[in-house]
Amino acid sequence: MNQSENKQTEKKQNILHILWQLFTATFTLSAFTFGGGFVIASLMKRKFSDELGWFSEEEMLDITAIAQSSPGPIPINASVIIGYRMYGITGSLVAVLGTALPPMIIISVISVFYNQFRSNRIIAIALQVMRAGVAAVIFDVVLNLAKNVCKTKRILYIGLMIAAFAAVWFFDLSAMIIIFACLFIGIMDAVIDTIKIREKNMD
Amino acid sequence: MLLLQLFFSFIQVGLFSVGGGYAAIPLIQNQIVDIHGLMTLEEFTDLITIAEMTPGPISINSATFVGMRLAGIPGVILCTFGCILPAFVICSLLAYFYYKYRKLGAVQTILASLRPAVVALIASAGLSILLLALFQADKHNLQINDFHIVEAVLFVGALFILRKYKASAITIIFGTGVVGTLAYLVIPGLS
Repeated sequence: MNQSENKQTEKKQNILHILWQLFTATFTLSAFTFGGGFVIASLMKRKFSDELGWFSEEEMLDITAIAQSSPGPIPINASVIIGYRMYGITGSLVAVLGTALPPMIIISVISVFYNQFRSNRIIAIALQVMRAGVAAVIFDVVLNLAKNVCKTKRILYIGLMIAAFAAVWFFDLSAMIIIFACLFIGIMDAVIDTIKIREKNMD
Repeated sequence: MLLLQLFFSFIQVGLFSVGGGYAAIPLIQNQIVDIHGLMTLEEFTDLITIAEMTPGPISINSATFVGMRLAGIPGVILCTFGCILPAFVICSLLAYFYYKYRKLGAVQTILASLRPAVVALIASAGLSILLLALFQADKHNLQINDFHIVEAVLFVGALFILRKYKASAITIIFGTGVVGTLAYLVIPGLS
């Protein structure tokens, strides 16, 4: 009896610890993330896959794709899914709160001192130079991710990566269109796979 | 009444802004400036500048700014809540299905083709930010004369530290902010 009670309190503490980590992680990421949704995706990959080891790189990429294709702010979408994975709807709520609070606090304060903020030279410089750091973090993540795509040695995947980059960078196609095109290619790939397996079984 | 109106306006923004922050801007403009006339276009332009300059998702930033200006703290909470609510419902459902079916072979194959695309999209976002850092312009308005040497040095240094010492992202971003600002303030004739 006593032992099972102990186990229960231990489990409870464990859950609270995870939820707290989830909150602090999303809070700090959101507080320091400039730029669009893919910026926070690369920071989340570093934090949740590399540092905390909560889930694999592939899973983080899947989460990013889902977050990108559903309506709403990408960081919020990604937080909902990450939170859900860690502890269901409660986890989602905690992660979303962590992501939404920093901008709410920062912007509320700024909107009061708005004119001073806009004309302050030091703030303008700091915000500009920090972009160099953000770019470095994204490049670091992209180098690792691209290396792993190349490691699959599948021409389809390497080709898709190059084609997707060309489509978004040189032809300004929207991320949505690219993800749906790749979704279609993936479905075709899966269909071909099933047909092949069926033929093999027939032989 | 204003609060309710803001709430419903931002539910629509949250529901129809597919594809990130920049997709939300015209929707917010439509709701706040065009339909309800709650802000002037000039105020709205300022709002976008601030939302882009500060950390956090652009649509949350905008929701907070509009809420604060028009209805104070309750406005902030309702606008942000409205903006998040559709995303929360839809993504919870998607997460449920993803975790239920992702182990299936076919789903694995389909997802595997999505991942290279996501890598490419992240790469493109990174390159855009780098251009913004180095030239203060996007790829369509690049001018070689605008090259910022301080940011270039910071970028190379930060990337080197990241690859070599596995420093945390927050440390790197904050570090470049401090070092870069000091450089601009100390070295004369830079800006």
